Amino acid sequence: MNPLVEKQTAHTLALEIQKWCDKGELVFTFMEVCGTHTMAIHQAGLKSLFPASLRLVSGPGCPVCVTEKAFIDEAILMGKEYSAAIVTFGDLVRVPGALGTLAQFRAEGGQVRVVYSPMDSLNIAVELAPQPVIFLGVGFETTVPTVALTFRTARERGLENLFCLCAFKTIHQPLRILAQRNELTGFLLPGHVSAIIGVDCYRYLPDQFAKPGVIAGFEPLDILLAVRDLARMAANNAPDVVNDYKRVVRSAGNLNAVEIIAQVFSPCDVTWRGLGVIPASGLAFSEDYAPYDARARFPVDAPVSSEDPLCKCADIITGRMTPNRCPLFGRKCTPENPVGPCMVSSEGTCAAFYKYGAGET
Amino acid sequence: MCLAVPMKLIEITREGTGRVDSGGVSADVVLTMTPNAKIGDYLIIHAGFAIEILDEEEASIRLDIFRELAQATAQLEEN
Repeated sequence: MNPLVEKQTAHTLALEIQKWCDKGELVFTFMEVCGTHTMAIHQAGLKSLFPASLRLVSGPGCPVCVTEKAFIDEAILMGKEYSAAIVTFGDLVRVPGALGTLAQFRAEGGQVRVVYSPMDSLNIAVELAPQPVIFLGVGFETTVPTVALTFRTARERGLENLFCLCAFKTIHQPLRILAQRNELTGFLLPGHVSAIIGVDCYRYLPDQFAKPGVIAGFEPLDILLAVRDLARMAANNAPDVVNDYKRVVRSAGNLNAVEIIAQVFSPCDVTWRGLGVIPASGLAFSEDYAPYDARARFPVDAPVSSEDPLCKCADIITGRMTPNRCPLFGRKCTPENPVGPCMVSSEGTCAAFYKYGAGET
Repeated sequence: MCLAVPMKLIEITREGTGRVDSGGVSADVVLTMTPNAKIGDYLIIHAGFAIEILDEEEASIRLDIFRELAQATAQLEEN
């Protein structure tokens, strides 16, 4: 799109957002659930376009940020005690556990491979056989079907040395908990998670909690459009679920992907940093795929997660605090030497604030 | 982590896999989740997998909406 048209569109949307905020006469606090949105919002400086009566706070949708410290320790211990090679997405390598980071483990001689696609772990498993290879399974509904297909392929090929340490999470259960918080007016819903799970599954937001939700794309204008629709519904007290990312998200989601997830995984209880254990909010291998479960195959005694008492990641991913109010932010905790996961992940809220500034007027 | 980008399907390499391209950068991807993808479709690529087919009609509707909004500003500025 022509940059002039883009600028004019942004200007109109900012005016409309202002109009609905003025009409609402209250402070609107919307939560962007997805970490990729957090990054896009800061990168484009969108917060500078919003009136003082509109706040955007970050939610628990950065998979690295909501993963418990103990998960990193489990991976390191499996690598050490069973001489397993660890295969992971790059974001996890510098997250500190109680026993250090995977980067440190690698520096001490441990085998840690970073991959772009879970499918890469198939070739690594063939290359290193019979050494055990453990893929670190972190992610939301967008990533889960890619791992499910990887393990379906592993089974078809009869690979016996590839395993997954599962910490997968699903979005509805924490969203239901957050929707009960009075200070949150509405939700900017994740674009690519919704591409898998669809639109209709969010009906509980307006129906049970009287809060609007808008599925948004990731371009700056997509996000402005979604925020306008949230402000409009909030001002008119007419909550609904709106899909502003129709070019990618279908009402029913991607049924092939949903079917693939159901073949390989089933719901389990899981611990979320900042939110505690949430029943049925995670995914673990179903019975058919139980032999691929690293936790069952390589038992380790990981230390119980204890956070740095000054680290506020738990408050930050639940929208209770902005990073610049954390005593460690920019001092002890920086992208070079992160204390908490929100500073490590490329889509963590602290990393976004550090890189681009708070971006508020 | 749920980052995904649109790329154009330029070749179906074998059953369930294809090659996609964006501005000369190409990649091999798994098409199992988008079995109806055809050569020339834009696919949403995440971690080496196509997770959805971009709906070009909806994409052009979006651009029309934005152009209309831009016109509203242009008219305001003229007045």
